Amino acid sequence: MMPAYEPWDAARGAEIIAEHTHLEGATLVILHALQEAFGYVPEPAVPMIASALNLSRAEVHGVFTFYHDFRHQPAGRHVLKLCRAEDCQAAGGDALAARAEAKLGIALGHTTADERVTLEPIYCLGLCATAPSAMLDGRLVGRLDEARIDALVAEAQR
Amino acid sequence: MSLRIFIPCDAGAVAVGADEVALALEQAAAKRGADIEIVRTGSRGLYWLEPMIEVATPKGRLAFGPVTMADAASVLEAMNSDGAHPLRLGIADEIPWLKRQTRLTFARCGVIDPRSVEDYRAHDGYKGLERALTLGSEAILAEVTASGLRGRGGAGFPTGIKWKTVAQTSADRKYIVCNADEGDSGTFADRMIMEGDPLVVIEGMTIAGITVGASKGYIYIRSEYPHAIVAMNAAIAAAKRAGYLGAGVGGSAHSFDLEVRVGAGAYVCGEETSLLESLEGRRGIVRAKPPLPAHKGLFGKPTVINNVLSYAAIPFILAGGAKAYADFGMGRSRGTMPIQLAGNIKRGGLFEVAFGITLGELVDDVGGGTFTGRPVRAVQVGGPLGAYFPRELFDTPFDYEAFAARDGLIGHGGIVVFDDSVDMSKQARFAMEFCAIESCGKCTPCRIGSTRGVETIDKIRAGERVPENIAVVEDLCNTMKFGSLCALGGFTPYPVMSALKHFREDFGPAPTRLQAAE
Repeated sequence: MMPAYEPWDAARGAEIIAEHTHLEGATLVILHALQEAFGYVPEPAVPMIASALNLSRAEVHGVFTFYHDFRHQPAGRHVLKLCRAEDCQAAGGDALAARAEAKLGIALGHTTADERVTLEPIYCLGLCATAPSAMLDGRLVGRLDEARIDALVAEAQR
Repeated sequence: MSLRIFIPCDAGAVAVGADEVALALEQAAAKRGADIEIVRTGSRGLYWLEPMIEVATPKGRLAFGPVTMADAASVLEAMNSDGAHPLRLGIADEIPWLKRQTRLTFARCGVIDPRSVEDYRAHDGYKGLERALTLGSEAILAEVTASGLRGRGGAGFPTGIKWKTVAQTSADRKYIVCNADEGDSGTFADRMIMEGDPLVVIEGMTIAGITVGASKGYIYIRSEYPHAIVAMNAAIAAAKRAGYLGAGVGGSAHSFDLEVRVGAGAYVCGEETSLLESLEGRRGIVRAKPPLPAHKGLFGKPTVINNVLSYAAIPFILAGGAKAYADFGMGRSRGTMPIQLAGNIKRGGLFEVAFGITLGELVDDVGGGTFTGRPVRAVQVGGPLGAYFPRELFDTPFDYEAFAARDGLIGHGGIVVFDDSVDMSKQARFAMEFCAIESCGKCTPCRIGSTRGVETIDKIRAGERVPENIAVVEDLCNTMKFGSLCALGGFTPYPVMSALKHFREDFGPAPTRLQAAE
């Protein structure tokens, strides 16, 4: 399933921010909520969060850029995350990651030119006893082998 | 009569097709007009057999696994007729791998419906809280202290002392925080318990709240665990409906509320002060200690911050008494440890056992060696910051002090097995690289040291002035170990130094050993 995101809209952004301002330490919650709605955190949202939470723009920017999860621009239509942590390495993950990179013609951390697929590393999905593992648009896949990684890449390219 | 079938909704089982199997079973049942009821449980933790499904019989739950969609119809047939099937594993509780364990914390995981308070109560749930409510703060503290429970996140700090410090600190507000940022590769016990028995975590946190006088708790779960987040939120809602959270917990005068907060992909947030910063909505930058979180924690208030497994151990300790828990274990490591066997291993999964079992028993005997069938060359114990141990150290008993004595750590109890195709200088490089990616940047040894470490190990791998550069890495590790603010920079030397010490032959130009092995 491809996630459907709304196009950025300042009024909608303000609405999402307002839903969470009552929480203690709301910054991360708001960033997550914005990304869930728009697929990334649009730059204009940063000063809006700052003013809603009575923080400086720099503080919010600092939080936004600290965490690996938050996107500065939309990802490809599908996001394929491959676990690159030790456990999946022990189970043969290195070769599978290289295979996915070769099939897609991009390195981990990049998006294909047609903006169909974003390939990302992830450090542990907690599926360590059914390694190597991957996540395609939120769907978990364990016990990866060459056939399974090929199928995942093909699915992402569709 | 309706067949009651149990299928895990654990992420590890789902990743290998549990949802599809559930669907296929429903379709198969509809086709043959069989009356079945599917209960989604957590996982029993026998991951090489997942998806492992069970059916209730008068003799106990009969297990089958690993089941695929294609097996659904024939497995249903076998369930219906109590007939033979190639995937039939026998009564689940009698499977030797499970029977050999001492499941105190994971007693209900894989057994009950994680969303059902009734099911939880029917399996001894909330007995700990009930007793805690009759005991009062001081007696609870005495029980937790006497149990010998030490922080299961990795640091092994006595839980009773931590709680007592918070209880004795006066403030207008106090917090209970659960560290569910289980980022260590090779660990999944927190995820499993949150998905399979989330109420035990809630019960443990509630007891902590009553003990120290806190009425609000947060569970900080990493974003890489979407299933655990859903399961935890559902369990919190169920506990609220049943009167176990909110005002008047379990009919008492105490009030306690819980909220799930989601991390954002920063490994360092598993460090407790960084986690608190993140909960407050800031960059996950480590705080200097003191002040301890017990004195000045979340929003500057006294805070109990413990790992998921520490809280999950509490209900048993309160219900069964401190002695029942402390009777297990060795030395200063009391009770049981949910050990996670993973990586290149034949029988991987969750193995909860009293402290004292040796590394060799766990890897060879319980785990059955590698799934590739090649010899085990190294095991990393305790996540990305844990040491690599060679076979010569397999007599090390699972115990905080025994591992420390051999320059290792048990951490959160994860064991990752590598076969003889592993290149240990590459693993050492990865440890430095991971530290560089995940460093919060506050202290220099971690921020700069890790990057210089990667560069220097690259030189060694290229055969450039090997002895001199090894000396540089050793020196760098020394600085990081003693000069870093937290365990990220401070413990990254463990995997690096252990690889250097035990696998020196891998450090140099061209991995000749690998070529010889081919």
